[in-house]
Amino acid sequence: MPQEPMSAATDVLVIGSGAAGMYAAIEAARGGCQVLLVDRSLIGRGGATVMAQMTVAVALGSETADHWSYHYADTLAAGRGLCNEPLAQLLCEDGPECIRAMDDWGVGWARKDGRIVQAMAPGHDRPRCAYVDFLNTGPAVSKTLRTVVNKSSGIRKAGDLCVVDLLHDKGDVVGAAALHLGSGAPVTLSAKATILATGGLTRLYRRNSASANMGGDGYALALRAGASLVDMEFVQFFPIGHLAPRLIGMDPIMWDPFRYKLGGRLLNNRMEEFTQHYGVAEDGKYVITRDVGSYAILKEVEAGRGSPHGGVYLSFQHCPERALREAFGPVIDRLANNGIDLTKMPIEVAPIAHYHMGGIVADANMQTTLPGLFVAGEAVGGANGANRLSGNAITEALVFGRRAGRAAASYVKRLKTFPDHADNIHVATALMAADAPTRNFNTAAMLETLQKTMQDNVGALRSRTKITAALHTIGHLNDELGDTPPGDGNRFDMRRIDWFDLRNMLLVSRVVAETALARTETRGAHQREDCPELSPDWAINQTVTLRDRRIEISGGRHSSAEAML
Amino acid sequence: MSETASLKIWRGLEANAGRWETYDVPFEAGQSLLDGLRWIRANRDPTLAIRFSCINANACKECMVELDDVTVYACTARLQARKMTVAPLSNKKLLRDLVTEIAPPTERFKNS
Repeated sequence: MPQEPMSAATDVLVIGSGAAGMYAAIEAARGGCQVLLVDRSLIGRGGATVMAQMTVAVALGSETADHWSYHYADTLAAGRGLCNEPLAQLLCEDGPECIRAMDDWGVGWARKDGRIVQAMAPGHDRPRCAYVDFLNTGPAVSKTLRTVVNKSSGIRKAGDLCVVDLLHDKGDVVGAAALHLGSGAPVTLSAKATILATGGLTRLYRRNSASANMGGDGYALALRAGASLVDMEFVQFFPIGHLAPRLIGMDPIMWDPFRYKLGGRLLNNRMEEFTQHYGVAEDGKYVITRDVGSYAILKEVEAGRGSPHGGVYLSFQHCPERALREAFGPVIDRLANNGIDLTKMPIEVAPIAHYHMGGIVADANMQTTLPGLFVAGEAVGGANGANRLSGNAITEALVFGRRAGRAAASYVKRLKTFPDHADNIHVATALMAADAPTRNFNTAAMLETLQKTMQDNVGALRSRTKITAALHTIGHLNDELGDTPPGDGNRFDMRRIDWFDLRNMLLVSRVVAETALARTETRGAHQREDCPELSPDWAINQTVTLRDRRIEISGGRHSSAEAML
Repeated sequence: MSETASLKIWRGLEANAGRWETYDVPFEAGQSLLDGLRWIRANRDPTLAIRFSCINANACKECMVELDDVTVYACTARLQARKMTVAPLSNKKLLRDLVTEIAPPTERFKNS
């Protein structure tokens, strides 16, 4: 039964309430704007930020002397020649200010003798990663920003709002159409400026380290509205995601902080270290970068030297119990509740989808190619090139969020006229209120089918054959999905929610697969078994647009993408 | 013979007009209740309404339900090879099945 449509109007609409969205909302409100902060989940609890365990890379120089330009050099090196340099520079240069602002707001960075502790992390030339103990960085960042949002005047909040399309008027973005999950009603959100802070696309993969709402919504929304995406083939796999034994109540990327603090040893099923055969001898330290680590682990498994569940072992058996407890206190007890004693047993780990380097094309003011549309955080494409340096994700969420909020506020102030209609509002509303098709299909099973093919075929190790198979499955799923959503249209209609998710996820999966198929080389997180070498000819970024439902890919350096702005 | 968890789940849109449905879920030691609920959606009934975000980390705090009359997080409660009764939070407004209105009033959408 269709529900009565609802609406709201605001100066700045922020979609997504992770760190990027909340920081953007705070800054836009400071700039004098009325802000509406919406999330498809609860405010400040979903998304990726709350899942971050430890590192925030920033050139504070509190551990050893540092300068943003050194952080910048490490970021560019990790990006394997593909970083958007102005965006990478912004991340590194503004990072310290944002980290100090968070400190002033009481986030509680770990300290020793009064100074903020900075840990050494792979890919960095010196200790640069601040954190909050124990495994609490993300929750602390979320909680701190939620408190500031709640204190800011001019910010309204609305959870359980799932945005299904951006609204546009002659190319300008003028808000969004959303499904209100709590009632099933279609909602029109009119906004002078809109900020996409929807995070990445890890939900496309069966094994992933983020929340259920990271299905690449923002990429699909931007693409359908006419914006461009860049670097979409570069999905970061976190090499040591937890695999076995089954562990509940813990984030699967939890072993990262353990390795930061205690080193640890990666072992194959002969209980031998193996990373030295892939060019990186670790010697009990944590130095292997994410792209090389994922490759080394998957190759060991392929050669029959994997652990029983299809990964490798990670061992801290050489660490005294006292050292484990000093570094991780209460976490050791949570592990014991799961039957895990690190002094007695290794655990099994394997690569897990973790972060997306690609995203929406924007300039250093977070302005996309569409007037009125801004972007923040992981949804932004290009800053991290072909592989993200560890610790840069929370930093970019804060830096890009702050910048997007300021830029959107300034845009709203400059705006002379604002349209009172949108070209596509009726289409979006009609879709949400549509009668269900009579045929029956299991949307939850379709989601699992998509996640499996993306994991197996467009994951950390790819080939033409595999990617082609994935595109075939994606095509079938698209046919099955059809043009109208199933369900009764009432509140928390799960099949209808799945349908809108699949509509986005299938489009974004197709973009990832097609750009991965086109890039016939191996670079950073994009590893092609059939094209194992890095090719100088591919030192370019692929940009994607949508024309009449067709994906168009063009190649060039970031400079050309920016020239379109 | 493989073991099963038998989940008796409250279904419905209105608190005073619901029904109980029972699903047999393949049981593997170490699984969470949320694993079982997600299995039901993908393999038996995609209309089952549940609320969760972080899946496994106990970070989002969205997946609260009543398991055998005790409030638990579905992501940290263990699935067991027995009959388990799962109901929505009884002190919150029901939205559908196991989903209740848990957002603070200032974080709900208002038509304006």
